[in-house]
Amino acid sequence: MPKTLAEKILSRVAGRDAKGGDLVIAPVSRVMVHDSVIDAVIAGLRDLGRERVWDTTKVAVFVDHAAPAPTPVVADSHRVLREWVRTQGIATFYDAGEGVCHQIMVEEGYCEPGTVIVGSDSHSNSYGAVGAFGAGMGATDIAVALALGRTWLRVPESIKVTITGRPRKGVTMKDAIMRVVREIGTDGARYACVEFHGAGSLPQGDRITLAGMTTEMGAKAGIVVGTPEAPEWLFPDRGAAYTNEVTIDLSTLEPQIAVPPRVDQVVDVSEAVGQPVDVVFLGSCTNGRLVDMRQAATVLRGRRISPEVRLEVVPSSRRQFEDAMADGTLLALSAAGGVIGSSGCGPCLGRTGGVLAGQEICLSTANRNYRGRMGSPDASIFIGSPYVAAVAALTGVIDDPRPYLEASDDEFDDLVARRRSERAGRGAASVRSGDRARELMVAAARIGVAAEIDD
Amino acid sequence: MARAWVFGDDLDTDQIVPGRYAPFMVGQDKFHTYAFCDARPNFSKEVTAGDLLVGGENFGCGSSREYAVAALAKHGVGGIVAKSFARIFFRNCINLGIPVLESADALTVVHDGDDVTLDLAAGLLRAPAGEALLRPLAPFAQEILAAGGVVAYLREHGDFPPVP
Repeated sequence: MPKTLAEKILSRVAGRDAKGGDLVIAPVSRVMVHDSVIDAVIAGLRDLGRERVWDTTKVAVFVDHAAPAPTPVVADSHRVLREWVRTQGIATFYDAGEGVCHQIMVEEGYCEPGTVIVGSDSHSNSYGAVGAFGAGMGATDIAVALALGRTWLRVPESIKVTITGRPRKGVTMKDAIMRVVREIGTDGARYACVEFHGAGSLPQGDRITLAGMTTEMGAKAGIVVGTPEAPEWLFPDRGAAYTNEVTIDLSTLEPQIAVPPRVDQVVDVSEAVGQPVDVVFLGSCTNGRLVDMRQAATVLRGRRISPEVRLEVVPSSRRQFEDAMADGTLLALSAAGGVIGSSGCGPCLGRTGGVLAGQEICLSTANRNYRGRMGSPDASIFIGSPYVAAVAALTGVIDDPRPYLEASDDEFDDLVARRRSERAGRGAASVRSGDRARELMVAAARIGVAAEIDD
Repeated sequence: MARAWVFGDDLDTDQIVPGRYAPFMVGQDKFHTYAFCDARPNFSKEVTAGDLLVGGENFGCGSSREYAVAALAKHGVGGIVAKSFARIFFRNCINLGIPVLESADALTVVHDGDDVTLDLAAGLLRAPAGEALLRPLAPFAQEILAAGGVVAYLREHGDFPPVP
């Protein structure tokens, strides 16, 4: 019987011929544990009467969701986590500042294609970027997986998403996946595996963006077909059955915006132009990589963001952070007025790193915009791509990034000036530290005196 | 008899317990007091053990945070009936021993504040205005619930229930 990718993977790991709807017991190749759940996981293992995890080489632990610790209470739970890692003898441990669990799991090669991986965070679907069946679970399920090395799963039905065409400059895979969420809805892929065709040769980061956001459709897993990491047996059979099929034509795709408070309330950017923002968040497991920061730097290099907007840049891992330092991307973003945070989840969950106040409006490159998601329940969050984020930081409003990318310098300046003049004043205009020192130096140079600058 | 707390579609776990009130932010003994603090500010004070939640489609969507379910368990919520459930939330409830039942017409029969009864044996949710049929849970899930949750089941049996 022809099998979907999910049916093939689960049949193989369960050692039986399984199809959508069947219950299977699946051994896992790795269990991912992050800081938010550690207390419940440790309690679960203890309640199960287990002192040790089943296999320390197959457990990966991360401190990322509220990191570095914002309060003593959180710091205590991180300390408990470190003690547990030490006494268990778990070597695969990434402490605060190393980055987001899912980013490191994929980029450091902890996701074996064709196997089942369970993670304590819902965006474990990200592992499908390299052909692994990644499923997010709650703390008790994770404790059980740590104890037994296996979990129970209902084999999901599959939805086929095909990506075709070439995108116009300024259109990204973030826009593509948001278009899919728009088509399918927040529960349109409930319990299903979303299988991506036509995306196998995309850069790994783009595949993480696609696979990770299947979580927002309710999917159990999101797997990209035909990736370079996949073994030869890992492909869906011709004739496999799908419950739904969606095609995204990149050549006609506009940048997309998710309007609060729903991530499936997605519109073409042209319908959101002029929406003022106060905070721009560039980061998260969805869009916190070098490629995303570079997209923003393309727009912002040599320019200054709106004085009334705060741009929070949070790389998704140390590797992305250092690569962005090395090639000048972070300098460009900082010089533009961006504030660079330590690698991790940043303010995505409203716990640390620049959370939102009541009445504040954020343009976020992350994946969720529920009420209260990034802090105050009275804040609002629009979701978009790194290009959209950069233009929003520059102008103070949401705008279509494509004209900016195709404009001459003069046309660009006109676009910015127009949008800024249309935006009613909000917040307070900030000087960027160093501006004044530069003014003084320039003034001193003019009268031929070396200025004394206070450090 | 128990009180019914009625919600609409897409009730996300950020509403059940917001991220800023996670146990590791506010403490193991406090987080449940923030249950529905933004959506239903009176919930934590007024809920009593045995009360039921009734909802629409995709109940419990969003983050996998198990502490959303743990908070409900701490308040003694006796069960949740909805048109459909988000999958991680569904698993978390089964694992922590909270019955989760699908019902196509619970929302047409139950109103917020009603006195209701969850009759699992008969497969019905009984309300003043009528009864709603509950879709039976798979035997696998029923066995785990009967034991009081997955940890209790595993302690007793040493492995998962048999799969068909």
